[in-house]
Amino acid sequence: MIALDIQELSKSFDSVEGRIPVLDSVSLQLQPGQSMALTGESGSGKSTLLHLAAGLEDPDAGQISIAGEALTGLGDTGRAALRRAHIGLIFQQFNLIPSLTVAANLAFQARLAGRHDPARIQTLAERLGLGELLARYPEQLSGGQQQRVAIGRCLAARPALVLADEPTGNLDEATGDSVLDLMLELTEADGVALLLVTHSPRLAARCAARVHLRAGRIGAVP
Amino acid sequence: MIRTALTALLSHWLRNPVQLAMLLAGLALATALWSGVQALNAEARAAYATAEGLLSDGGTAQIEHPSGQIDLAQFVALRRAGWQVSPVLEGRAEIGATRVTVLGIEPLTAPAGTGPTLAEPDLEGFFEGLGYAHPQTLREIGPTEMPLAPAEAVPVGTVLVDIRRAQRLLDAGLYITRMTLAQEQPQGLAPLESLAPDLRLVPPGDGAELGGLTASFHLNLTAFGLLAFAVGLFIVHSAVGLAFEQRRAMFRTLRALGLPLRHLTACLATEMVVFALIAGSAGLVLGYALAAALLPDVALTLRGLYGAPVPGALQFNPLWALAGLGMTLAGTGLAGAQALWRLWHMPPLAPARPRAWAMASRRAMRRQGLAALALAAMALGLALWGSGLLAGFALLAAVLLAAALAVPLLLALILRMAERRATTPVAEWFWADSRQNLPRLSLALMALMLALAANIGVGTMVASFRATFIDWLDLRLVAEVNVMPRNSAEAAELQAFLAPRTDAILPMQRIDATLAGQPGQVYAMKDHATFRDNWPLFAPVPDVWDRLAAGEGVLVNEQLYRRAGLRAGSDTLDLPGIGAMPVLGAYPDYGNPLAQAVLALERFNAAYPDTPIRQFAIRTSDAPALIAALQDDFGLPQGQITDQAQAKELSMAIFERTFLITRALNVLTLAVAAVALFAALVTLSGMRLAQLAPLWALGLTARELAALELGRALVLGALTLLLALPVGLALAQVLLAIINVQAFGWRLPLQLFPGDWARLGLWAMLAVLAAAALPAWRLWRRGPSQLLRVFAHER
Repeated sequence: MIALDIQELSKSFDSVEGRIPVLDSVSLQLQPGQSMALTGESGSGKSTLLHLAAGLEDPDAGQISIAGEALTGLGDTGRAALRRAHIGLIFQQFNLIPSLTVAANLAFQARLAGRHDPARIQTLAERLGLGELLARYPEQLSGGQQQRVAIGRCLAARPALVLADEPTGNLDEATGDSVLDLMLELTEADGVALLLVTHSPRLAARCAARVHLRAGRIGAVP
Repeated sequence: MIRTALTALLSHWLRNPVQLAMLLAGLALATALWSGVQALNAEARAAYATAEGLLSDGGTAQIEHPSGQIDLAQFVALRRAGWQVSPVLEGRAEIGATRVTVLGIEPLTAPAGTGPTLAEPDLEGFFEGLGYAHPQTLREIGPTEMPLAPAEAVPVGTVLVDIRRAQRLLDAGLYITRMTLAQEQPQGLAPLESLAPDLRLVPPGDGAELGGLTASFHLNLTAFGLLAFAVGLFIVHSAVGLAFEQRRAMFRTLRALGLPLRHLTACLATEMVVFALIAGSAGLVLGYALAAALLPDVALTLRGLYGAPVPGALQFNPLWALAGLGMTLAGTGLAGAQALWRLWHMPPLAPARPRAWAMASRRAMRRQGLAALALAAMALGLALWGSGLLAGFALLAAVLLAAALAVPLLLALILRMAERRATTPVAEWFWADSRQNLPRLSLALMALMLALAANIGVGTMVASFRATFIDWLDLRLVAEVNVMPRNSAEAAELQAFLAPRTDAILPMQRIDATLAGQPGQVYAMKDHATFRDNWPLFAPVPDVWDRLAAGEGVLVNEQLYRRAGLRAGSDTLDLPGIGAMPVLGAYPDYGNPLAQAVLALERFNAAYPDTPIRQFAIRTSDAPALIAALQDDFGLPQGQITDQAQAKELSMAIFERTFLITRALNVLTLAVAAVALFAALVTLSGMRLAQLAPLWALGLTARELAALELGRALVLGALTLLLALPVGLALAQVLLAIINVQAFGWRLPLQLFPGDWARLGLWAMLAVLAAAALPAWRLWRRGPSQLLRVFAHER
């Protein structure tokens, strides 16, 4: 089953200068266990594509399916249910829940999805080097540690698809590399598809596939 | 540079107009409630000064008889002996559509600078029967044949006339009420004791002045005004504090760009002063309108309770406005001081970290807990060892402040316990997140707790009072009919007329007296089952009624009993012309500001002969027939007859009015607290997006998040209500057992009214719902686009 199937996706936004097309008939597919880097200049539509794939925004046209389930046409409740069941999101700003401990953050999405497995969370925590930090709050962690918690939270729920938006954008190069290594290693091991939005050709090269967006269309990789 | 910085700082408010509106509304409401109450107090005090100045000019001595009546021959004797005295006749009479106090003076002999100055423009008309009255009194009288002219200086409810006119109006006969003394008297006068030994000289300012009698009423009003002001300041403190947090990054940037800390602080202080002036002015207008709306009821209350002639129309006083603005500026300074202090001590590049803020707040909470404990200890000390009305109010303030400061701590504890017991991730987040956001909501919740506790406390006090008062009234107003004779001759005729037609005639006689150093009255009581069976007594000696009937002692009212610290069976009370009399017991006497002693009728008449009978309480099995006979056969005007139902209605009306203003202030305080909560929630809603966006991304819908936000407000409101309940009951106990005893002299049993709490709870929840509805609705309707912006802003 295809983890992410995007067909002829289009999106435009209103602005003072009129309606601006951001994505124009974009199609792509992502198989389970496959990693794909999505690159492009600022304003090329990378994040919009990611938000549409996550069901955070509605497309103007086109179809999106996640793990065989159609996302387009669903209401807010349906899209939220699909996110809970199949999607893991990783953000540049980590977006952990500041009022919960590392342990509670790690378990949060899995519990929401009804797939809470304490043993898996323990394993993930060890793999991510968070074993000693479980009782801490996000504010007490470094950026790299916070992003590792975000990865753990995402993978603990066993999603079919991980959507990562500049996950290393806030980290230094060495920390960013180690975070990406972990992400690639764990997604591959679990057979989870990964769509990674990045500016960096160096990081993009680490993924199995690469798509470059130029002015809202898929273009040739520079 | 300053202008540029101010522009940048003010841009925050332009982008957050609702927050600005809340800040200004908080300040305006606080000013309105405080200045409104002060306007009421000032108006009433001015009216007291007018009333007392009319005859005494603040410094005129008077000659009185304990019975309240002086034989005209005694006045003549004093004048012949060279005493510069002027006669005054005072009484109640019906003129036009209302009953008024008729004040008769003799302008040619009255001390200069007092009442007669009113009459000078038309002295001839005054002698021919022209009366002067306050314009409001003239309106109340309506059309009448009596010639009347308006005079602002005459107290409301009084008509000033020439003494001969007063004698006709009051059908007074050959007596006067009192005499006023000219300030300068000839040398070598024969002493008063030799000329008229039964009269007494009352030095200036030695009577039961209205200012003194009503002091506790005004202190109560001031206390409520202050409470409402404090609740309003919570809004300001909350809004200023949150705006500080929101602008932390801006402060950092401004300082990084070279704006000195001193200038930045000055800019923020200027901003606050400008807001205080704008909101304070609006608050003064609101306060004036509030006072104007409440004054008619306050005036009726003061007239009913104390006979204080307060007009029902408000005058504008520029000093009041200046004082109100000064209070607003001081309050704003107090509310904003913490933010300025924090700015002054903030490192230039301090990051805006929400949990660091919460951690700092945790330290503040610890200090707050210690302050709450200290205040609780102070309250305990005041409860055990304090005395006096001010100590009572200090106890009240300590209890309320301790409870308010403890609210966030207790809520945090409850939320932590709930978090530990949560079984679902959303529930766990809900409780943890509520706890983390508690510091930002704590001021609003403290304001809500104060308002709810005040509502519960005052509501319980009023309801307890009403229940006790109604029971007491039923016992006290046993007589089926009351009749008021106009003079002694009519009293004798009435007694003869009533004797064959009634079961019992209980005459009411009294003299004015100073009792244990307090202004008071001595009453006569006929030995009758009406009193023996119905009058509730506390701490009576054995065979109290028999001993009273035998003239072996006196009963005293609760006010005198408590204020003078009397004990039945062991203490005595000095009565004028009698000397020390044993105290036999005390009786409740709600609504009476004066000390009172009751003496057996025979003993009274022996000590105070010729005291006029002011009223007959009549026992009869057929009240309507008796009233008809009095009107038709005796020819008594209806105005001199009161039946039991009328008397109860009148008493209850006075009672209800007494607490009308208190209830109005209570409702307004709750409204202010709701505004405080609304302000905090609206401000917080903008800051909450970053906390809610990840949950939305993780699979919660905007509707679920909105419902959780609404639920959070309701849960916090309900918990605050639960915490307010014991505080409110403690407040009621302090009001009933300490404040009322000190202010009015009576103590009432605390009664519980769960139905009232449920009703208040419902109103409180509706207020919370109203406060939380807009932010939740905005989150629900505009949620996805707003939440998405959080992710879009990451780059």
